[in-house]
Amino acid sequence: MSGLKIVVLAKQVPDTRNVGKDAMKADGTVNRAALEAIFNPEDLNALEQALRLKDRIPGSIITILTMGPIRAAEIIREGLYRGADNGYLLTDRAFAGSDTLATSYAISKAIEKIGKFDIIIAGRQAIDGDTAQVGPQVAEKLGLPQITYAEEIIDVKGKEIIVKRRLERGVETVKGTLPLVITVTGSAAECRPRNAKFTMKYKHARSASELQDATEDFMQLYNSRPYLKLSELSVNDVDVDHEQLGLSGSPTKVKEIENVVLQAKESKVIGNNDQEIEEMIVELIKNHTIG
Amino acid sequence: MNNLFVFCEIEDGQVANVSLELLTKGRSLATQLGCKLEAIAIGHKLDNIASQVAPYGVDVLHIADHKKLEHYLTLPYTSIIIDLFSKTKPQIALLGATSVGRDLGPRVSSALKSGLTADCTSLVIGDHEDKKAGKVYKNLLYQIRPAFGGNIIATIVNPDCRPQMATVREGVMKKEVFNNSHKCEIKKIDVESIVSEADFVVSIIERHIEKRKINIQGAPIIVSGGYGVGSKENFKLLYDLAAVLGGEVGASRAAVDAGFAEHERQIGQTGITVRPKLYIACGISGQIQHRAGMDQSSMIISINTDPHAPINAIADYSIIGNITDIIPKMIAAYKKNSK
Repeated sequence: MSGLKIVVLAKQVPDTRNVGKDAMKADGTVNRAALEAIFNPEDLNALEQALRLKDRIPGSIITILTMGPIRAAEIIREGLYRGADNGYLLTDRAFAGSDTLATSYAISKAIEKIGKFDIIIAGRQAIDGDTAQVGPQVAEKLGLPQITYAEEIIDVKGKEIIVKRRLERGVETVKGTLPLVITVTGSAAECRPRNAKFTMKYKHARSASELQDATEDFMQLYNSRPYLKLSELSVNDVDVDHEQLGLSGSPTKVKEIENVVLQAKESKVIGNNDQEIEEMIVELIKNHTIG
Repeated sequence: MNNLFVFCEIEDGQVANVSLELLTKGRSLATQLGCKLEAIAIGHKLDNIASQVAPYGVDVLHIADHKKLEHYLTLPYTSIIIDLFSKTKPQIALLGATSVGRDLGPRVSSALKSGLTADCTSLVIGDHEDKKAGKVYKNLLYQIRPAFGGNIIATIVNPDCRPQMATVREGVMKKEVFNNSHKCEIKKIDVESIVSEADFVVSIIERHIEKRKINIQGAPIIVSGGYGVGSKENFKLLYDLAAVLGGEVGASRAAVDAGFAEHERQIGQTGITVRPKLYIACGISGQIQHRAGMDQSSMIISINTDPHAPINAIADYSIIGNITDIIPKMIAAYKKNSK
């Protein structure tokens, strides 16, 4: 059986999980610029599922597609280091300010441009927006079925795929027909680490915009190795209706943003001894907090 | 036309709690807007759904009842809702932020090119001014939700596109009966005329879904454990304390990931939201993602070996020490002093 054509939708996100002291401003709010930019965790789970399919089905090709600013090319490199085959960076000012609908519109147009795929796989949600909307919206725009909350791709035989889903109170195994879109949960297998050989091979991979300050020596090396070229798609490369991009293509608008401030309360410190603990318990019984 | 719709999830013939909570909120918003509250139920054997939702103030219940719809599937459910919304043109549509709602919501909103805001923690009606376009919008739905891992709260609006869609997690809104004698009109959806064979291209082979065993959200007292509890064995102390106080046991994501407690007990941004009378946090550091699920508790006690744990800042009482030491003392003190 010939290999599968898989595209992994990945996003570069600020690491919102580890907001350490350095990322907190004096007023108790988060300094977003200080957060490290990482490969969205659930997209790594998705990449692992794609890599496992590639292991099982020889001749399969994995393409990383990411939409973001120029530095998001790092995400494609990260995917290549782990075993992906090529990547596209969808980048343009015109995409800025996109909500999930405008984002999924741009991504679906990019996918149509790049070619036919058997499986489009993404993490369930990103740790900055936390919406879990782009996967299903891309599926709808491409007219493809979707399987969300996927924990494991059990098997692919010809055009038939079997996927295990992790739901709130159990599992559900579903059967579908390719092509389709899958979103993967964080409970799925962790992504394999970087492969030393691939890392060496792709460490000089660059997209066109990243070559601004390249030295002559670098350009000689770069041009002699076609696999180092990361494809870039701007708004002119995809067949889009500009009204559906960016802010104008976003039905949802941010009206206001409030920083969450760690509000300290007047808290009573109870010593770790029988007497003080008993006093606390008696007080709680008295004010009917406990029976 | 232009009413407020709530999608009702059905679990074993019962309307899910999250949907009843949304009906409660929906009723209040609909009254404020001067429009009707309409509900949608899709599944099989739905004859008693009307009697379950009517008391929550539902004016019209749309039912799509068919054997093939017994369990949620993306395409047929989406087709039914798109057909219904195209005919009824709702101004607002609400869904629970569950594995169903988060699969269905985006699919519907993409098809209708309307805006969807996920995991809202608050929904209010208000006005909005678009200064650039020189437009004022009245009575929009403010969709308020945390983002950036919980570090910011954003207010989102959909000025132009309809319906304004939002998903809300279970336990965020309160559930409250509106009027036990409220009359609800039933409209049956002709499923076969809307759904096609192609909608069943994805099918369910097997399901192992457990019935809800634990009702943490209803518990007035929650004894919750974090990674600091240290082991599944140590968690037994929390169960002992909960039993004595008449409460339930919860857990932070770190404790669940470490295998100390079941996923169903997870409290926090990616778990459930609780607002008990008393929340006893044992060995929980209190990261923002956890606090998001419990900071509405009336009273908070923190037991932690780290005096600088963020949880201590929101606790009413904090005890610095080990739970293996402190919980037995609490149990002894309670047994001695309770009636």
